[in-house]
Amino acid sequence: MTGRQAWGLFGLLVAAVIAWLVFAVWPDWLNAILISKKAFVSAILNGITLAGLYFLVASGFTLIFGLMRNVNLAHGSLYLLGAYIGYEVTSRTGYWLLGVSAGFVVLALVGVVMQVFVFRRLEGDDLRQTLVSIGISIVAADLMLAVWAGGTYQITTPEWLDGALTLPVITAVRSNGATVFLTYPLYRIVVLAAAIVIGVGLWLMLNKTRVGMMIRAGVDDRAMLSASGVNVHAVFAIVFAVGAGLAGFAGVVGGSALSVAPGEDVRYLLASLVVVIVGGMGSITGAAIGALLIGLAEQIGLVYFPTYGIVLTFVIMVVTLAVRPQGIMGKAR
Amino acid sequence: MSLTIPADGAAPQKNWLEKLGSGHIILAVVLVLYPLVASDFFLTQIGGYSLIFGMLGLSLMMLAGYGGMVSLAQITVGGIAAYAIAILGNNNSNILGFGWPWWLAVPFAVLAAALASTLIGWISVRTEGIYTIMITLAIATATYYFAQQNYAIFNGHSGYAGIRAPAFWGVNWRDPRPFYYLCLGLAVLSYAAVLYGSRSTFGMTLQAIRDNPRRMRALGYHVTAHKVFAWLLAGVIAGFAGVLLVWFNGRVSPGTIGVDAAIDVLIIAVIGGLRHPIGPFLGAVVVVLMQTFAIDIVGAERFNTLIGMVFLVIVFVSPDGILGLWGRIKPQFAQESLRSGP
Repeated sequence: MTGRQAWGLFGLLVAAVIAWLVFAVWPDWLNAILISKKAFVSAILNGITLAGLYFLVASGFTLIFGLMRNVNLAHGSLYLLGAYIGYEVTSRTGYWLLGVSAGFVVLALVGVVMQVFVFRRLEGDDLRQTLVSIGISIVAADLMLAVWAGGTYQITTPEWLDGALTLPVITAVRSNGATVFLTYPLYRIVVLAAAIVIGVGLWLMLNKTRVGMMIRAGVDDRAMLSASGVNVHAVFAIVFAVGAGLAGFAGVVGGSALSVAPGEDVRYLLASLVVVIVGGMGSITGAAIGALLIGLAEQIGLVYFPTYGIVLTFVIMVVTLAVRPQGIMGKAR
Repeated sequence: MSLTIPADGAAPQKNWLEKLGSGHIILAVVLVLYPLVASDFFLTQIGGYSLIFGMLGLSLMMLAGYGGMVSLAQITVGGIAAYAIAILGNNNSNILGFGWPWWLAVPFAVLAAALASTLIGWISVRTEGIYTIMITLAIATATYYFAQQNYAIFNGHSGYAGIRAPAFWGVNWRDPRPFYYLCLGLAVLSYAAVLYGSRSTFGMTLQAIRDNPRRMRALGYHVTAHKVFAWLLAGVIAGFAGVLLVWFNGRVSPGTIGVDAAIDVLIIAVIGGLRHPIGPFLGAVVVVLMQTFAIDIVGAERFNTLIGMVFLVIVFVSPDGILGLWGRIKPQFAQESLRSGP
C-alpha cells in the first residue's frame, strides 16, 4: 500500500466517522462527552460557514501575494472599508444587493489605485511593500475611526435571506418518539454557497482561461510575457482589483453575518495570514483547505475549550510549518 | 622591509577613547546630564519611554539588520517578561503574584522572554523574508488574543496592575531620576553588547548568513543554529525592555502586547534605520515625541494618521530610515567643505 493510498483510506475513515456523528442519533454517553449533538453539529456548521467567509478574504490575499509577489498587509483594512461602505449603501438605499456590489466595486477601484500608485513603484521589494502596506493600514484604520467612530454596526440583510432552514439532521428524539430536526440560519448557508461558487470560479479562471494563463505566465517570467505582446501591468492591475474587490465583498457579507467595528481589520488580516500560511501561498485550493481548518478549529474551540480556541489555530499553523514549511498546497520554493 | 616602530611609545592600537569615538562620548555626556535640564515628565514619559522602546527596537534591529529576519513579535517577547514580573512578583489584582524579590523575579522574567524568543525563532527560521514577517505577526496576534481570553495565567482583559519597581541600595527606582538612569544603563549595556556582538565572530557569521545562507551552509556553518541563537540574544534584550516597561506602566494587559504595539516597534526600528544599533533609539525618540505632541498639532485623536504618514514618507524617501537620510546628506556636507577650501 503506497502512502497516498494510506492517506486516502485514512481520509475515508475520518469522513465516515464525521458522517455518522452528523446523521446518526447519538447514544447518551456521546451526548455526555460532547455536551450535546446540537452543540456539536452547530459548531461544525458554524465552522464551515465561517470558513466560507475566511476563504473569501484569504483568496484575495493569496491571489495578490501568491501570484504577484505583492505583499499587502493592508488587506484587513480593505475588508473593513468594504464593510463600512456596504453598511452606508445598504442603510441609505435599502437594497442589500446594492451594498454588496458597492463593496466589491469600490474596493476593486481602491485596489487598482493602490497597485498603480504605490505597489508598482516598489515592485520586487518585499520589505518596503510590507512596510508601506502597514503604514497604509495604520492611516486607514485611523481615518475610518474618524469617519465611523468606534461604534458597532450591523448591516441589515433582506427578508428573503433572514429565515432559518430545517436541515435533515436529527438532533434529538423526544420521549414520545417525535424527532427534532436541526434548524440553521439560511444566510450563513448562502454565504457558504457564494464562497464555493467564487472559489470554483477563481480556480477555473486561473487554470482554464487565457487570462489565467497570462497571470500565471506573468508571475514566472514577466519579461517574456511582455515580449509576447501582453500588457503585464494591466494584467496585474486586474488581479489586484479582483483581490481587493473580494476583500470588500467579504466585508459586506461578513458585516451582515457578524458586525462591523474597529479592530475587525486586524482580525481578518490574522485570519488571512494563518489561512494562507497553512494552505500554501498562491493556491486557491490551499486557501480553501486552510480556511476550512481554521474556521472549524475556531468554532469547535469556541464550544469545547473557549480559552484555548485561539491556541488551537496557532497549533495548526505551527504543525503545518513543521511538516510542510511551504503550506499544505504550496509549491516548494 | 621597513617596519617603523613608533619611537615615542604611541602604540599602533587606538586607545580606548579613540575606539569609543567622539560621537559616542558626546552622546553619553548629553544623556547623563539630561536629568539636569529635563522636568520629571520629560525624564520618564519621553526619556525613559524612548529608551525602553529603543531597546525593543534594538532587539528587532539586531535580528533584521544583522540576521535579515524581520520580526513583529518583539513586543510579545517583552510582554512575556512583563507578565512574568507581574506573576512572579507582587501585583494587586489578587491573582497569582508569588511575591518573589526582584533579584529572583527579573532573571526568571528575562529567561522566560529569551526562551519564548528562541521558540518563536525556531518556528520562523524555517521561512525567509516576508514569510517571517507574516508568521511572527500571526504569533504576536495569537498571543494577544490568548492573553485576552485566558484568565488563569494572564488574568484576561484586565491583566495585572499595581506592579512597582523595587527599591534597593537605598534608592527607590520608581522615582523619575533613578528610573531614567536605570533605563539609560540597561539601554547603553544592550547597545554596547549589540555593537560589540556585531563585530564578534558570531556577529560576522550571522551577517554572512544574511547575505548568502547557501554559501555559509556549504562552508559548514550551522545556519539554523546561528539564527536561533540570534533570536535568543534578541530575546534577552527584549526581555529587559519588558521588565522596564512593566515597571514604567505599573501594569500589564493584553493591550501592552497588541498588534498596534507590535507595529509601533517595527515603525521605530524602520524610521530610525536598521543599519546601525543607534537607529532604533533615534526612531524611538522621534516616535515617542510624535505620539506625545502630535495631539497638539493635529488635534485630539488623529495622531496615528500623522505617524502613519511620516512612516510612509520615510519608507518611500529613504529605505534606511533617518540613518539612511543622514548617510545621504553627510557626503554633501563633505563635498561642500571641499569646494569651499582654497
